[in-house]
Amino acid sequence: MAGHTRGSGRPNQWLRNLNAKLASIPMILTAVVIFLGGTVWTVVYSFTNSRLLPRLSFVGLDQYERLWAAPRWLISVQNLVIYGFFSLIFSLAIGFLLAALMDQKIRFENTFRTIMLYPFALSFIVTGLVWQWLLNPEYGIQSVVRSLGWTSFAFDPLYNSNIVIYGILIAALWQGTGLVMCLMLAGLRGIDEDIWKATRVDGIPMWKTYLLVIIPMMRGVFITTLVIIASGIVKVYDLVVAQTSGGPGIASEVPAKYVYDYMFQAQNLGQGFAASTMMLVTVAIIIVPWAYLEFGGGRKRA
Amino acid sequence: MNLRSFAAALAVTVVLPLGAASAADLEVTHWWTSGGEAAAVAELAKAFDATGNHWVDGAIAGSGSTARPIMVSRITGGDPMAATQFNHGRQAEELVEAGLMRDLTDVATKEKWKEIIKPASLLDSCTIDGKIYCAPVNIHSWQWLWLSNAAFKQAGVDVPKNWDEFVAAAPALEKAGIVPLAVGGQPWQAAGAFDVLMVAIAGKDTFQKVFGDKDEEAAAGPEIAKVFKAADDARRMSKGTNVQDWNQATNMVITGKAGGQIMGDWAQGEFQLAGQKAGTDYTCLPGLGVNEVISTGGDAFYFPLLKDEEKSKAQEALASTLLNPATQVAFNLKKGSLPVRGDVDLAAANDCMKKGLDILAKGNVIQGTDQLLSADSQKQKEDLFSEFFANPSMTPEDAQKRFADIIASAD
Repeated sequence: MAGHTRGSGRPNQWLRNLNAKLASIPMILTAVVIFLGGTVWTVVYSFTNSRLLPRLSFVGLDQYERLWAAPRWLISVQNLVIYGFFSLIFSLAIGFLLAALMDQKIRFENTFRTIMLYPFALSFIVTGLVWQWLLNPEYGIQSVVRSLGWTSFAFDPLYNSNIVIYGILIAALWQGTGLVMCLMLAGLRGIDEDIWKATRVDGIPMWKTYLLVIIPMMRGVFITTLVIIASGIVKVYDLVVAQTSGGPGIASEVPAKYVYDYMFQAQNLGQGFAASTMMLVTVAIIIVPWAYLEFGGGRKRA
Repeated sequence: MNLRSFAAALAVTVVLPLGAASAADLEVTHWWTSGGEAAAVAELAKAFDATGNHWVDGAIAGSGSTARPIMVSRITGGDPMAATQFNHGRQAEELVEAGLMRDLTDVATKEKWKEIIKPASLLDSCTIDGKIYCAPVNIHSWQWLWLSNAAFKQAGVDVPKNWDEFVAAAPALEKAGIVPLAVGGQPWQAAGAFDVLMVAIAGKDTFQKVFGDKDEEAAAGPEIAKVFKAADDARRMSKGTNVQDWNQATNMVITGKAGGQIMGDWAQGEFQLAGQKAGTDYTCLPGLGVNEVISTGGDAFYFPLLKDEEKSKAQEALASTLLNPATQVAFNLKKGSLPVRGDVDLAAANDCMKKGLDILAKGNVIQGTDQLLSADSQKQKEDLFSEFFANPSMTPEDAQKRFADIIASAD
């Protein structure tokens, strides 16, 4: 080791771990050029009137004004808020509940875990199609229940503009809770057995232990799960395409679909870029506080 | 031994594609995937294969709005096919302006396209800066109402002769458990139906004023208010359709589950494939029986600029094959569309096609909305009308206001 150090002065900071730095150059380039470069490019072109092909003729905030005046975009945002709110709450709640149940040292835990996680292995397109069929009034749940005798039973969320977004939410929860459960289960397994013993000695009821001791201890797992769910919410697209393709009418449109439709079908890149920039802002609002908590503020506290 | 034959087989598979490529394989992309359409496109392939080249079929399922983005990104992304379908008009405008499409003027002058293609507006839509960039293959008109004779018989009413009679017959159809008007869920169908209502009710001049001149005042005016009133009727009559694709909606008419459908003449191929006869099994009313005008939009093939010389040559062969009289007849009979040249004999055409040919000969034609409006304006219109048709609480007045806004900002 001593042989490597130069005769005088401190070792050059830039040359420390040179091999590792060299090895990470491709990844750094990828990150900077593709992710950062692509993002900046998109944002810049969102201020232009690019149609089918990108061109640099700036029109100020026109694209954004049109975007926020478009009824379809407003409905998309509203749908995303509803979908996001409920899918966050329910997937966290159901996922944690399932994990807590699974953690009771039940028999066949492996089997149950696999069953719960299976939906997650399916693509959104498959999930969407399956639920499209299940929720179709002519073949799905409604017709089964009716054939059992309840002939006035009506359950066709995908064909009712007012509740269609909940039909999509059902499919999303069916697919997503398995993963949340696994993450939570991992968190629960990380809790020291002694803590459980201590609470038992103190005679604290189990639900109280979960709520006041275990959940606060799982803060890290919760935040990671939150970020995974939240980013999944913002980018929801394929599920909607497979289930309703935005219908009936435009009642189940989501922002990501607006971006695709306007970029490619309407051949209006500027408008699509403006919409995707708005999505980026949304994601940033979610990610930045998390990154700050995890990597910035958290470290100082620790 | 085994190994050697295996190696030989491998060698053959390597050599074969190479050998075939030198005989000019042209990949042709299109979105003709329904039964009638696939039968029609097979005629084109057959005719092109007869020239010694080979048609590699690149069908993209899921209607034009799904297929076009794929085509455009292949062309702009540097992996062009040899030829591709577009609705002629403005869909490929920017690709041409960017120099990605091949100039066909030489072929066109040699084969005198200017003289044979009727109406001339078809070739005008292919012309940008005096150069011809596409080969029109058919004329499609939107302005048709297809009625199921069986459905009306079941409801105990006569088959209507125009839109008003159809609206009046709707309650009887509903009573018989039949959806009066089938409108598929894909947004372009609702938007298209509205355009048809506009020509039929407000007439040719208003149509031209609104979509051609983008006259905002006309769009907000009383003539268009009448059209929205009719669209409101159509919306009520379409309740309970619950299908997505246009051919599924056509199928509802074929099977008598729906009374009628406003759809372009491409629906005719479906009736034909189902073995139904115009006049006895189904009835067609051009211009909804009110105003016999048809639009002359349609399909055209564009040829991306290729580096391969052999393929470029084959592109010329394909372009002239598409406009060959025999191909025109074979293709259009299967497709249910009208040929682009006035000099071919269509004796085998059925009643509905003959009606269309008549109107064409009389010159009662308008340009299609694809030719008049940009894809962007078309999309906004689709958003509006798919919402309007799905949402009964949206009043015709509100919808008209939004429609006028779209026209005001249209280009």
